[in-house]
Amino acid sequence: MQIDWINFTPWPSLTGGALIGIAAALLINFNGRIMGASNIVGGLFHSLSDAPWRLSFLAGLIAPAIVAAAINMPKPVFFGSTATLIVAGLLVGCGTRMGGGCTSGHGVCGMSRLSPRSIAATLIFMLAGFVTVFVVRHALAGAAS
Amino acid sequence: MKYTTAFAIGLIFGIGLLVSGMYHPAKVLGFLDLAGKWDPSLAFVMGGALPFSAIGFIIAHRRGKALFGEPLHLPPTKKIDPRLLIGATIFGVGWGLSGVCPGPAIFNLGFASGSALVFIAALGAGMAGYEMFDRATAKR
Repeated sequence: MQIDWINFTPWPSLTGGALIGIAAALLINFNGRIMGASNIVGGLFHSLSDAPWRLSFLAGLIAPAIVAAAINMPKPVFFGSTATLIVAGLLVGCGTRMGGGCTSGHGVCGMSRLSPRSIAATLIFMLAGFVTVFVVRHALAGAAS
Repeated sequence: MKYTTAFAIGLIFGIGLLVSGMYHPAKVLGFLDLAGKWDPSLAFVMGGALPFSAIGFIIAHRRGKALFGEPLHLPPTKKIDPRLLIGATIFGVGWGLSGVCPGPAIFNLGFASGSALVFIAALGAGMAGYEMFDRATAKR
């Protein structure tokens, strides 16, 4: 295994991670809610009865990106064709609802409260992610060349 | 009050994504690419988040309710069932194809790029589609 030392950012990652963990700790204690992005959004498709807190949270989540864009911080660069993005978006939307969570809900909140479901889900989506990237970047790329 | 706290906490989550750089699909894909040049950053994000989140959940579980008297909305099921395993696999494949999971997908709307909009539209369609499937199967 080769480490990508140029792009590896241990301190910003730890700091940003700590902020995400603090946010999760605050949301369960202030609002009694699990900070899972997919469930906060997905709940809107289930029932609109508690839409206001969900939309408040999502507005807060987007706000730093609006500021970052305004002060010309580096834009996120998406990979793949539009078709790939559509397929990936469909899979992420459907999979997170079916599996009941995503990186924040299962990966951060569920793992931190030692939920067996979340630990299983996190191991599986990580494994599926590793395999998918291997297939796309190495197996298919190797076969094409 | 609970809307103010929800907004403020969403803001902290968003700043966390910004600081960690995890809104860049390249950072996520760099972590998932074990066979290439591996960027361990995402593991450090998880490592930074888990202790704080764990303390928060220990406190919440002890108190048994939220600060404003709201009950704790915890997942109703503890079962590891096929739905969980299949769903997590489907999500992982989509995550590996794009390097985007739901938190950063929403965050990136703030950059108002075309790709972010395409992705979030597909994500919403996937969620709505699953919701319809879930309702159809629950009726039986």
